[in-house]
Amino acid sequence: MSNRLRRSMLFLPGSNAAMLSTAYVFKPDSIMFDLEDAVSLREKDAARLLVFHALRLPVWEGIETVVRINPLSTPFGMADLEAVVRAGVEVVRLPKTDTADDVRALEAEVERIERDCGREVGSTKLMAAIESAAGVVNALAIATSSKRLIGIALAGFDYVMDMQTERGDGTELFYARCAVLHAARYAKIDAFDVVFGDINDEEGFLKEVDLIKRLGFNGKSLINPRQIELLHNAFAPTEEEVDYARRVVAAAEAGERQGLGVVSLNGKMIDAPVIDHARVVLRRAEASGVRK
Amino acid sequence: MTQTAKDRLAGVPLPSGLEAFSGVTAHAPHLASREEKHGRKLTKSLEDAIRASGLKNGMTISFHHSFREGDKIINTVVAKLAEMGFRDLTLAPSSLLSCNAPLIEHIRSGVIRRIYTSGMRGKLADAISHGLMAEPINVHSHGGRVHLMDRGELVIDVAFLSVSTADPFGNANAVTGKSRCGSLGYAMVDADRAKTVILLAEEIVAYPNAPASIRQDQVDFVVPVEQIGDPSKISVGAARATTNPRELLIARLAADAMEHAGYFEDGFSMQTGTGGSATATARFLEQKMRRKGIRAGFALGGITGSIVDLHEKGLVGRILDTQSFDSVAAQSLAKNAEHLEISTNFYANLTAKAASVDRVDMVILSALEIDLDFNVNVITGSDGVMRGASGGHSDTAAGAGLAIVVGPLIRSRIPTVVERCTTVVTPGETVGVLVTDHGIAVNPNRPDVAERLKAAGLPVTTIEDLHRRATMLTGVPQPIEFLDRVVGLIRYRDGSVIDAVRQVKG
Repeated sequence: MSNRLRRSMLFLPGSNAAMLSTAYVFKPDSIMFDLEDAVSLREKDAARLLVFHALRLPVWEGIETVVRINPLSTPFGMADLEAVVRAGVEVVRLPKTDTADDVRALEAEVERIERDCGREVGSTKLMAAIESAAGVVNALAIATSSKRLIGIALAGFDYVMDMQTERGDGTELFYARCAVLHAARYAKIDAFDVVFGDINDEEGFLKEVDLIKRLGFNGKSLINPRQIELLHNAFAPTEEEVDYARRVVAAAEAGERQGLGVVSLNGKMIDAPVIDHARVVLRRAEASGVRK
Repeated sequence: MTQTAKDRLAGVPLPSGLEAFSGVTAHAPHLASREEKHGRKLTKSLEDAIRASGLKNGMTISFHHSFREGDKIINTVVAKLAEMGFRDLTLAPSSLLSCNAPLIEHIRSGVIRRIYTSGMRGKLADAISHGLMAEPINVHSHGGRVHLMDRGELVIDVAFLSVSTADPFGNANAVTGKSRCGSLGYAMVDADRAKTVILLAEEIVAYPNAPASIRQDQVDFVVPVEQIGDPSKISVGAARATTNPRELLIARLAADAMEHAGYFEDGFSMQTGTGGSATATARFLEQKMRRKGIRAGFALGGITGSIVDLHEKGLVGRILDTQSFDSVAAQSLAKNAEHLEISTNFYANLTAKAASVDRVDMVILSALEIDLDFNVNVITGSDGVMRGASGGHSDTAAGAGLAIVVGPLIRSRIPTVVERCTTVVTPGETVGVLVTDHGIAVNPNRPDVAERLKAAGLPVTTIEDLHRRATMLTGVPQPIEFLDRVVGLIRYRDGSVIDAVRQVKG
């Protein structure tokens, strides 16, 4: 698991110039420029050009840049990839990933482009979106298919269609969420949950955020900047949690200085996972304070 | 035979100018009949009232604009004046809006020769910006309008004031009856100062009408009219609860700035204005006030439902209302003794014996442009055409402890932060803080505020930096092409001329 916080991944249509150039003010952890489903066929070229230029703006500090390209099987996928790798995108998101070979095919092309344009080989990271029954079944193979993968994401809309059901109370996604999450954890990469479509339903959104946070997801894909603050606040630890995490880290550091293998706090043993978790809590608190 | 005063005064040398008493009706003929006594101000038609007012060519007429885009009086009265053959009038409403486009033909035909207003929008503003009028218009602030009257430059000969209810003597308000705009803050000034006051009343009610926002001792004529305005159009484009993430981001930052600028103590006072961000700011302030356990002493200005909401929750003391921006505010004014109707003289006139703007701690203001010296333009758009209003902007900026301008750094492709404003309405020295979606800039003349906001961890940068950021995103806009001819004079609240608007080329 990386050290980077990836709670919020804001989707932006690549064809909307005004939003592209100023969306960084909302400060999501990651921003995902979409060249795929949010862009109509007639705007594919324009969106690619816009995103290419947006990536080169010096405004993304502290925000991870992600681009969802069109599948390489379409006439647009390769042109998308050429443009965004050359522009220095941090992460390329592959949609509709069904097998590990999909990722490997993408990786080969990315490596070629990196060499062609003189970027360091391996500098472009990847993430895979799982949107079908095949993808869910192959989640483990996908998650372990490339060193470049920083995470896998479940995409709910296509998945429920493939499963011949529809979005409901979350039961329909339960297996997929667990499968994707286990694959990610096994591969030590991040896991992202689906978008929540009804932007006016704050209560429903927060309920879903609470569920996926307790399941163990790193974060969630978002379609409206209004959801960022809500999500970050929901992921922010409480004051008690921060307090406890501080004491855990302090005890661990003291133990380390004294060369102790095992550290205890208030008579309870604290081991590496507890300490790692405490550090995540403190990072979240640093990023958006304590929960309000 | 009855003895007369003349008889009694026989042989008394009367000082020059005094006359002998000659009967109770000698100087008050209306007292002769009950009908006349009670009904003499009631006029059958607008035309009769205009005739009776003594209005002549070249005189000055006034109106209030409390119905904003819903006003049905200004256009109607001017059309009637045109029909009656009047010419060369000076039109001096408290402001003009897009709905006043029909005035163009009356300017063209010479019925209206000069204009004093707080602002203008739409086709009328476009035509005037392109040289419709021979004389430049005067753009004043709300407080400045009263000042121009008091110093004798703007003398109102006949004020046409619309009210929702009036009694036959002229006690009137706009919080009862059908079409209610709430506060008559603008009209109260004209009722006090105009030589002749004509009320256009939607409903004539029994004497005595209360509350009497306009009083019987100010009113000359009362004319019943069908409808004075459409209250649902008061808040068009102004007061609304925003769901726009950018406006919400700005509002949250503005509330943070208000919390930490040094004024957020129990009993503080504020004016939050009416834009999307301003209304949302009030909502974010609520959480902060609750957390800190404080309440505001009073809220001032254009009042919206969001301020009324804070008041009803016990978080704001009295409300001083010079313009009610929605029906919630108008209803509250009608029923709540803590919600006070104030004139623009009381609100913002710098030569009034006291103006409330001088007591307000923090004011949230908007801007079409703000420049590197923090000067603000709220009147001309990026195309040089007038599309806004001075309003209470410069009044509150000058009076308040801290003026906070809020707005997006970029509107579509147009930067808000510019090197030089197209038109300066409010001088930068009175603007303390700029809050944009890209960060906060503090006027160098407020190092105390800058220090506090930085200490609170807010994203404080310089206005030069925001300007660079805007330019980086939009490029440098082509300069607007103006002709030399002046179409508008921007009057500061003290009557001085702070800038001129030139005719747009093309």
